[in-house]
Amino acid sequence: MTISTMPDRVSASANSSRRSVSLRERLQDMLPKLVLAPSFAAVIVFVYGFILWTIYLSFTNSRTFPNYTLTDARAYQRLWRWTFESDPPSSWYTSITNLGIFGVLYIGICLALGLLLAILLDQKIRGEGMLRPIYLYPMALSFIVTGVAWKWFLDPGLGLEKTLHAWGWTSFHFDWIKNKDRVIYTVVIAGVWQASGFVMAMFLAGLRGIDGEIMKAAQMDGATTVQLYRRIVIPMLRPVFLSAFIVLAHMSIKSYDLVVALTSGGPGGSAWLPSNFMYEYTFKRNEMAVGSASAVIMLMTITAIIVPYLYSELKEKGR
Amino acid sequence: MSAASASSARNGLILNRIVIYGLLLFFALVYLIPLFVMLVTSFKTMDEIQSGNMLALPKDPTVEPWLKAWGETCVGLTCAGIKGYFWNSAKMVVPAVLISTILGALNGYVLTKWRFRGHKLVFGLMLFACFIPFQSVLLPMATVLGMLGRFGNDLREIFGTNFGFGNPTVNLVFVHVVYGLGFTTLFFRNYYEAFPTELIKAAQVDGASFFQIFRRILLPNSAPIFVVTVIYQFTNIWNDFLFASAYAGSGDVMPMTVALNNVVNTSTGVVEYNVNMAAAIIAALPTLLVYVVAGRYFVRGLMAGAVKG
Repeated sequence: MTISTMPDRVSASANSSRRSVSLRERLQDMLPKLVLAPSFAAVIVFVYGFILWTIYLSFTNSRTFPNYTLTDARAYQRLWRWTFESDPPSSWYTSITNLGIFGVLYIGICLALGLLLAILLDQKIRGEGMLRPIYLYPMALSFIVTGVAWKWFLDPGLGLEKTLHAWGWTSFHFDWIKNKDRVIYTVVIAGVWQASGFVMAMFLAGLRGIDGEIMKAAQMDGATTVQLYRRIVIPMLRPVFLSAFIVLAHMSIKSYDLVVALTSGGPGGSAWLPSNFMYEYTFKRNEMAVGSASAVIMLMTITAIIVPYLYSELKEKGR
Repeated sequence: MSAASASSARNGLILNRIVIYGLLLFFALVYLIPLFVMLVTSFKTMDEIQSGNMLALPKDPTVEPWLKAWGETCVGLTCAGIKGYFWNSAKMVVPAVLISTILGALNGYVLTKWRFRGHKLVFGLMLFACFIPFQSVLLPMATVLGMLGRFGNDLREIFGTNFGFGNPTVNLVFVHVVYGLGFTTLFFRNYYEAFPTELIKAAQVDGASFFQIFRRILLPNSAPIFVVTVIYQFTNIWNDFLFASAYAGSGDVMPMTVALNNVVNTSTGVVEYNVNMAAAIIAALPTLLVYVVAGRYFVRGLMAGAVKG
């Protein structure tokens, strides 16, 4: 059977036209779904299917290779035990406490610094067009490049410490990158350097969106600049705080490359985040089930943050 | 108001400006220093690095470290520089960006202009896929890629070619397309959402087909979102390390990021910092260039990825 490629109204035979119309229409009806289907199928299989696969593996005894015989939740039991094993700290204990330290500081400092820079830049600054890209360019670099740069900069024998010694400040001592109790803070420094400019850009966009009339009215009422920002501007930026928080929280849970490039995991794995734990246990320590269980825990953590956010965003959109 | 208080108010204002500009410049310096140090170090000789100040400009600048990084330095056991890995990344990033962007455009078009029952659920599921930690799909994908590799070997025995099955670059393109789809779809969906549906309705009445409407009406108006999406995808895929190290983590198939990490972390003997820094800058050049040329769109893409819905 041939399907007319000519527009229907030009079709010669009325009979064949009617048939081809219905076929064409059916095809036209189907087409959008056919176009979307491969992408949707890929997401269903390679995202949701694979997540189920990972969950399944976390309930097995898989070590070097996947083993598909279900066992009990022993991988989770081990992680649970390790969670409280702080003397000496297990790798898992180190990873999650590091995530706590890193997450709080990274998000907190990025938000504070981003807001400060945005407010400063919003004071009708000459040369704003020059300054903004300077704060933002680290976002274009990969974590690996950032890590390489800061690894050099923070190395006591090469970077900051050596320079300050050369300038005469010989008592200056900064070896956090080699100190197993401090190394996670160097990850915070490099991470903040990379992401805070981006947070600044988000806040700046938010500030520019605030109605100037409101500011003027408040100033007429005699509000000082500090009051103006504390009582009016910052509360109005709440949605930006939320989006920035979501992005940063998401990035901090996924951070993997930065720890690898900056610290190679730190002395004795002391800079690990859960993402590093997952990678090491799955691919290097032949503990696939434990690695999978840790991935599931990471996924649940992100889900707990993201789903309520997406739900409220989509609902607002629909209203 | 007396003259004295007016002048003290003006002094206060000037002080205010000084503090503001001072802080802004201080932070600008802090953000620039790491890049500056990388740049000057990459033009110094090793002697000067060991004896001199890291902030000093090179006394007699040399491009030797750059040449060595590009063509001679050792990555693992092979000592042929990073150029091969740079091209590995280029070969991976171009098809991955193009395919994921085109699919995202079509998906966004369907999800806004050809809505069907359940379109919200479909979009929601694709949106959530943007946020999963890739660790939760890393291992199954490794297993599947391993199977494809064995299938490719079988094909090679029969036909003399593996038709791309098991080729690490093809694998990475596939992985980046699959896990980039959520973002590209999101970008185009939000953009087309604001596009007047009346125009599409009118074209439909005139008998224009699904693809005709897309090609003649939407595409000509999509340049900004294409730029944003291409930049976003390009930056993400070029900078990716997790997938690259899991699926092409050794040998001469490594992408740039993995090779750079190897150069920096496994150098035996004397560590050549100048070469390391040159290699790092080369690895960063493509994305930095994009940022310099199209910074406005770069920021817009990041924002679009951040502010959902």
